[in-house]
Amino acid sequence: MTTVLEMQDVAKTYPGSPPVQALADVTLQITCAERTALVGPSGSGKTTLLHVAGTLERPTSGTVTIAGEEVASLSDAELSGVRARRLGFVFQQFYLLDHLDAVQNVALGLLHRGVRARDRRAAAIDALDRVGLGHRLGHRPAQLSGGERQRVAIARAVIGHPDVVLADEPTGNLDSVAGSEIVALLASLADDGTAVVVVTHDQAVAAAMDRRVVMRDGRVVSDTGSRPGLRGTP
Amino acid sequence: MTGLQTASGHQASLAGDARSRWTSKRQRGTRSRMRAVDLVSSGLLGLRARKLRAALSALGIALGIAAGVAVLGISASSKSSLLAQLGAEGNLLTVSAGHGYDGTPAPLPLTAESMIGHIPPVESVTAVGYVPGATVLRTAAVPAVNSGGISVLAAQDGLLATLGGSVAHGTFLNAATERYPATVLGAVAAQTLGITQVHPDTQVYLDGRYFTVVGILRPVPLAPEIDEAALVGFPVANSLLGLGGHPTELYVRTLPDQVQAVDSVLPFTANPAQPEAVQVSRPSSILAARAAARSAFTGLFLALGAVAAGVGGVGIANIMVISVLERRGEIGLRRALGATRGHVAAQFLTESLILSAFGGAAGILLGAAATAGYAIGYHQSTVIPPVAPAVGMAVAVGIGAIAGVYPAAKAARLTPAEALRSS
Repeated sequence: MTTVLEMQDVAKTYPGSPPVQALADVTLQITCAERTALVGPSGSGKTTLLHVAGTLERPTSGTVTIAGEEVASLSDAELSGVRARRLGFVFQQFYLLDHLDAVQNVALGLLHRGVRARDRRAAAIDALDRVGLGHRLGHRPAQLSGGERQRVAIARAVIGHPDVVLADEPTGNLDSVAGSEIVALLASLADDGTAVVVVTHDQAVAAAMDRRVVMRDGRVVSDTGSRPGLRGTP
Repeated sequence: MTGLQTASGHQASLAGDARSRWTSKRQRGTRSRMRAVDLVSSGLLGLRARKLRAALSALGIALGIAAGVAVLGISASSKSSLLAQLGAEGNLLTVSAGHGYDGTPAPLPLTAESMIGHIPPVESVTAVGYVPGATVLRTAAVPAVNSGGISVLAAQDGLLATLGGSVAHGTFLNAATERYPATVLGAVAAQTLGITQVHPDTQVYLDGRYFTVVGILRPVPLAPEIDEAALVGFPVANSLLGLGGHPTELYVRTLPDQVQAVDSVLPFTANPAQPEAVQVSRPSSILAARAAARSAFTGLFLALGAVAAGVGGVGIANIMVISVLERRGEIGLRRALGATRGHVAAQFLTESLILSAFGGAAGILLGAAATAGYAIGYHQSTVIPPVAPAVGMAVAVGIGAIAGVYPAAKAARLTPAEALRSS
């Protein structure tokens, strides 16, 4: 399988007195269409790992390679280009812009790829239709349920057809029913070759993934490796 | 699960059909790109989300620019009106009796008026004669010391035509009334005497006898001495007031392009025996001096407008800094979606520029409205120099750019993870 995201000996230390080591010696490979759950107790470095993997912050040492590009050598504009083209993000807080409707929020996912507004809008409608929100196109976030908001966020993450979708506690603000729907939706992304990495505390969410990476104190302490076929429905 | 059920019931993959459509675009370059039109619309969206705050922020700049435009507009309107007045009245010259080399008064000769009238470029000439010591009172019961400074001038029936004056009430002196104790009051004199209307029995006590008031004049800008005078006919001034026929001042209207030429020959023509005792002046120069005095305040008001606009700019900077703090989540999201530091900075700078441009445009409209209101109120034509809105908008946008630099830099400095963590 093609490796779409690779982390080699990655460490992340935040300056301070004393310095805080959030990640240490993390080596991880994510392949195409792989569903990975990052689990571990609070403060174990899951979110930091997701941020470093998603180029939202640079590692203190080690290398991060996305789709064959080693990101340390990239300029800010090139790194942003990698995020725009290769990566999709889903957050616990959704981060939908309140003054934009669902279509406009989803279309933001293509804003930094130089795509014309008309094409962005058409793609956004298509993406919303695919996540089952074709009937909520003109609704603003305040008019949507939590589950619907997260669906909008997922549509925004996948509108540009990224290689990897990185989700940070995507069900953290949802009830169990809506959470199950979101997990199923995220898991289905892999059917089209998109790798999915989900940071979660929720065992049911982790169970829906092919692979479970356990973290503690900034280190990977357990990695089941890819186990296609073991994934179940939460 | 192999895909998603779409709203229309068809099985479709999420990444689906459009993947190939974007894949080709993906290969075109690795740098993040944002179209200029998207930058502007992003800036507008940011402001639309906080309409009231945006409007109040823009108001500061609007008031400053409005003040500047109004000052320039009102100044230009007044100047235009003055120039029109000068164009109509700049060819008026006055000839006054002065003193000879030995200091003795040298009245104008009786022939002065007719001699000047023979100068070819002279269009019209009219004489007035000052009656020394004559007082004008409302009634005989008023003490003579309360004369109100009203002078008595003998005038000819051509006075108004030469000065461009007009009658507000009643009539001017004519061949009949100039022989009888009848008077026409200047605008200020009438006001001083408390006479606002002319009736057949309206009289004033002039130099010891009652004169019938036959008319009241409108103000004469070029000859304010007329405003403060009671005008009587030369015949009655000679017979009842002891004028002696000598004019003390002549008003001369010349062809507009011959003013200087006529000016130079007037002393010799008016009084060939004592040309040095003749004073020639041009009343329009007084108006020009008055206009120059008025324009001295323009700079002061413009400076005050600039201060107001500057304060408005500080307000915008303040609001933008608060906006950056409030929108850290949005900044983090945009960075996650592929925005570069430059895109984020440009978005906030664009918002600041749009805000200030909106304020500038509103200020120009307000300033133009204030100018129009002033001009209409003072019966002037509304003139707004093209430089006023152009400079106003340039100043507004300049202030917006300066005000937006710090917030934009602050927003751009945030790393995506920092922005997301701190939101």
